[in-house]
Amino acid sequence: MIKSIIIAGFGGQGVMLMGKIIAEAAMFEGLNVTWLPSYGPEMRGGTANCTVVIGDEPIGSPVVDFPDVVIAMNIPSMMKFEEVLKKDGTMLINSSVIDREPSRKDIKVSKIDANKIADTIGNSKVLNMVTLGAFAKITGLIKIEAIGKALEETFASKNKKLVDLNLQAVEHGMKSVTD
Amino acid sequence: MKMLMKGTEAIAEAAIRAGCRLYFGYPITPQSELTEYMAKRMPEVKGTFLQSESEVATVNMLYGAACTGRKVMTSTSSPGFSLMQEGISYMAGAELPAIFINVMRGGPGLGDIQPSQSDYFQSTKGGGHGDYRMIVLAPHTLQEATNMMKEAFDLAFKYRMLVTILVDGMIGQMMEPVELPEWTKPEEFEEPNWALTGANGRKPRKVTSFDLDPYELEKMNLRYQETYKKVSQNEVKYEEFKIEDAEITVVAYGTMARIVKTVIDYARKSGIKVGLFRPITLWPFPYERLSEISKNVKNILTVEMSYGQMVEDVKLAVEEKSDVHFYGRSAGVVPTPAEILDAIKKIVR
Repeated sequence: MIKSIIIAGFGGQGVMLMGKIIAEAAMFEGLNVTWLPSYGPEMRGGTANCTVVIGDEPIGSPVVDFPDVVIAMNIPSMMKFEEVLKKDGTMLINSSVIDREPSRKDIKVSKIDANKIADTIGNSKVLNMVTLGAFAKITGLIKIEAIGKALEETFASKNKKLVDLNLQAVEHGMKSVTD
Repeated sequence: MKMLMKGTEAIAEAAIRAGCRLYFGYPITPQSELTEYMAKRMPEVKGTFLQSESEVATVNMLYGAACTGRKVMTSTSSPGFSLMQEGISYMAGAELPAIFINVMRGGPGLGDIQPSQSDYFQSTKGGGHGDYRMIVLAPHTLQEATNMMKEAFDLAFKYRMLVTILVDGMIGQMMEPVELPEWTKPEEFEEPNWALTGANGRKPRKVTSFDLDPYELEKMNLRYQETYKKVSQNEVKYEEFKIEDAEITVVAYGTMARIVKTVIDYARKSGIKVGLFRPITLWPFPYERLSEISKNVKNILTVEMSYGQMVEDVKLAVEEKSDVHFYGRSAGVVPTPAEILDAIKKIVR
């Protein structure tokens, strides 16, 4: 099994970190992973994306032509990566920002009201973790325990409270995703 | 325990664990995280991190430090590697061991910051002046790059040669789980008998690339050539992947090789038997083995992130025993699996 995910959005929406947590959680699940950033001259407000490949066999290419899952955090990202999403692939969209439907009919579409949910948690920055929760729920690729471990690994040295806040956001995302 | 690490950081940590305590460098994308990691980490292990004012200064700091017989290294990316070439030539002439990490980016000139493999000529044929060689290693995964650091230092000291780890921006910037190598204790490392450590109580030693008498300089050069011959005989490394039944064998190194492994899966599912020959040492290049392989396969396709550099060595090895084809993109554009599969189909169909 090899699954590929492209995560794309505005710089500042936390798409790189989202990809990293997904990759790290998958590693804790005992799977092989690669995480590849677009590292051009991106900045806050520009577009950014990363590609995560997860597999139970060795991963060759970290570069993906046709992803199994696209997580789109804004309209330009949805339009760009909708074209290459595999047939029957999953498009997870941040419906707080994306006010329209993808045009393809041969894909599965899930929505998460990420910004709004993040606001109700009390920290707008965790919208990426809300979306990550939605991703975990709809794909079943990573479990909450592994996500928790990845968050621990990433934030624990800085602030234990950050781990709890982000984990809470993930849980909210898991509950709130709609097909 | 495996850790999810960036290529640049994994390489830096592996170098420290291999006993490197002297790092000189100047930040340049896409390898700046390596310099940054060293800046943070070297003081923790009682090592020295020094950021120079330019890559020209870096290589000369490295030259001086290497003379003391310690494990020294630097890292840079293409334009910075160009600036280091004069010093590299001097160090090669002085037979000094040191490690260079070149995280290649698009060129020529200032180019861009995206992955590239267009410094193959510069690294394997010598970007500096004179009849010198450096050992060039090309890992294709982060685990391989990590494991390679100790080997790189061992080779450098065994032969008193420079070693370049040649990777591209993708290996530098991507993350992958890495099992970090065991620690080598710097104190277990025996001081070489040529090291300049102060001539107190012993005869002075000399480390130089210079002799005005051409017959004396020729002797030095013949000694270098003797070393290069030994390295070519003993240290060639490569990987063969599914070449036994291949109707077409792809030759690729580094990132391109791992992308080709995915292409092989796709191709075989559609009935095309593709294999991969992956040089791990770019210098010494595995001419002999590739020559043997080319007797049994009709088509050889070289894939590079350049407009055709390694393919020249492939042609030297193959000597028209099979048809050598080329597919490459450069300037920071990475060929995707689908593109490479198309290139293969055009050849076999």
